[in-house]
Amino acid sequence: MSKIEKELVARSRLVDESSIKERLLRIFTQWEVLLGIIFILMVLFFTGRTPWFLDWFNLMNASFQFSEKAIMALPMVFIIMCGDIDISVASIIALCGFLMGMVADAGGSILQIILVGLATGTLAGLINGLLITGFKMPAIAVTLATQSIYRGIAKAIMTEHAFTRYPEGFGYFGQGYIPGTVIPFQLVLFLGLALVMGFILHKTTYGWNLYAIGNSQEAARFSGINVQRSRIINYTLMGFFTGISSILLLSRILSARSNIATGWDMEVITLVVLGGVSITGGKGNMVGVVIAAFLVGYLKFGMGLLKLSSTVMSIVTGGLLIIAVLLPRLLDVYKQNRKLRMQQKTMTSVHQDAEQDKEKP
Amino acid sequence: MKRESFNGTVRSVFRNLLKRREASLVILLLVFLIPVLIRSPKFLSVSNLALIFNDMSILTIVAIGQFFVILSNGIDLSVGSVIAFTGMAAGMINESFPGVPIPLILLTSAGIGMVMGMINGVLVAWGKIPPIITTLGTMSIYRGLTFVLSGGTWVTAHEMTPSYIGFPRIQFLGISILVWIAILVVIVMYCFIRYTRTGRAFYAIGGNPVAAKFVGVNEAKTRFIVFLMSGLLAGIAGGLWTARYASAVNEMATGFEMQTVAACVLGGVAFSGGAGGVPGVVLGALFLTMLNNALPVIYLSTFWQTFVEGLVLLAALVINTVVDQRKTAQLLAQRRVKK
Repeated sequence: MSKIEKELVARSRLVDESSIKERLLRIFTQWEVLLGIIFILMVLFFTGRTPWFLDWFNLMNASFQFSEKAIMALPMVFIIMCGDIDISVASIIALCGFLMGMVADAGGSILQIILVGLATGTLAGLINGLLITGFKMPAIAVTLATQSIYRGIAKAIMTEHAFTRYPEGFGYFGQGYIPGTVIPFQLVLFLGLALVMGFILHKTTYGWNLYAIGNSQEAARFSGINVQRSRIINYTLMGFFTGISSILLLSRILSARSNIATGWDMEVITLVVLGGVSITGGKGNMVGVVIAAFLVGYLKFGMGLLKLSSTVMSIVTGGLLIIAVLLPRLLDVYKQNRKLRMQQKTMTSVHQDAEQDKEKP
Repeated sequence: MKRESFNGTVRSVFRNLLKRREASLVILLLVFLIPVLIRSPKFLSVSNLALIFNDMSILTIVAIGQFFVILSNGIDLSVGSVIAFTGMAAGMINESFPGVPIPLILLTSAGIGMVMGMINGVLVAWGKIPPIITTLGTMSIYRGLTFVLSGGTWVTAHEMTPSYIGFPRIQFLGISILVWIAILVVIVMYCFIRYTRTGRAFYAIGGNPVAAKFVGVNEAKTRFIVFLMSGLLAGIAGGLWTARYASAVNEMATGFEMQTVAACVLGGVAFSGGAGGVPGVVLGALFLTMLNNALPVIYLSTFWQTFVEGLVLLAALVINTVVDQRKTAQLLAQRRVKK
């Protein structure tokens, strides 16, 4: 190694890493941090515009509107992490709702209704997983088909009918509060499940495998990860969580129709992508998705307080989604350019020093 | 001797048919048509076919745009919202300026659709956002803009001029204008995708983007054109939609993007990109429309439509995948023998 090269390596190490400016830059170019800042700005904005936004009771009640979708976003993180997608979840809700409504109508107990909901969801998810891995078909195409099939079953048998008879106490899951507080049961359930799923994703081998699969299925397979089994488990988990959501939804609206939850699959995917999970897989974390769930939920709540139509809100969520993907990319480009510039600077300075050394004697 | 050669030809014809991507569709169509025809031989009568063609026209136009996008390894979820926006714009133009000639209305809606497609295209090609995310975002943005444009109201039949509402039904050589427009679009797009440089580039970037780059295909530009075309076709469909259904509401064409994707999947367009053709897509749209038309014939209520559609879609997918995998296996085996 020549003298110049040695000098280069030494200086390039000195540039980055430890200075406060660099550290701040690294923190504030993280997507979760940006999301958090957007969240705070949003809270400040709505607090300035309306006195009813920053109200403990209101904020808690608003969570009824998004907890169900947020719960579905958790396993969706796993699926998207592997580079897959599931657009059939809204239809699974319709199917679960239909069967639960039927059981309730026939006089089933709360426990029976819940079991039916969870079992239906899990089974539907498992079928998705088996179809996708068994025939090696693209996830989006398969779930497009099952989307029609699952909702189709509910539609064909229920037609225009709605099940509205439920046992006493069934309304607790979707409408109730933790006794003695104003915290909804749904919200606590969501946070609890988020903790569990976050633990699985970030602290267990299973979760780490998902990152590997998302980055390269081939490489993951060659390093001994059972890719297909992980994907099937993901879809089954998705079905199970959709079952939970369908119980909450049914308990909240106490009416099972064939058209409930229409369009939810896209909303759930929006949450996950907004949370910083790469749609091509292998990148993202649970914290971002939880923040995104609260962000979108309270954005809708606040805009509702300002009497904006739900369709106008869709412009904001759509725009956020595009920004969510565009901004980190632009930041990456900026960071890379900055690094290049610095390298260039050190290089030219090293060369200049070397030339000066030559001139001296 | 003669008999044997005849058998041989039949077998080779069948084998060639099975090798084509549209094979699954033809099989499914036969399986489906036989019981329907037994129930009601009139199903394939000229008058009923004319009805079916009329119903499938708009779906065909939009599905071809969707086909281009899927061909280039993407997906366009925003077409439903583009139809809503352009349809609403067309309706409002007709309401406030009844003097504007119909071709100009259609051109305007096509132009607006093209601009919306171009926005998608810029975000995908140069913003490097995955197509599914881009169009998921613009799907809600365009739907919201429709609401803003209309102010939450809708344009009803008696607010539009009779000539605009009536023009899709004008008969020409026994077929309605709507079908003629669809036929024209199909022919132009067939030639475009088969015989122009840009059209072939769609296949190239879908099949293997790296190889496409090495043979000199500008990937970003091509992706941009893909979305431009999809928006353009959806825009044309928007103007037709309002005229055909004689009303423009904010919720129009909700979920229509999934119908177009389904038509493509039925038509043998591969989600991995780079495979499929316009004839397949047209057949896929035809099949979807026939399904809806035929359910009452075989005594199934229309509530079964969604379910049957899903089953057919799944069947087509499975057949396509199995055929594909066998083809690849055969190719690999041949290569091994040659070595």
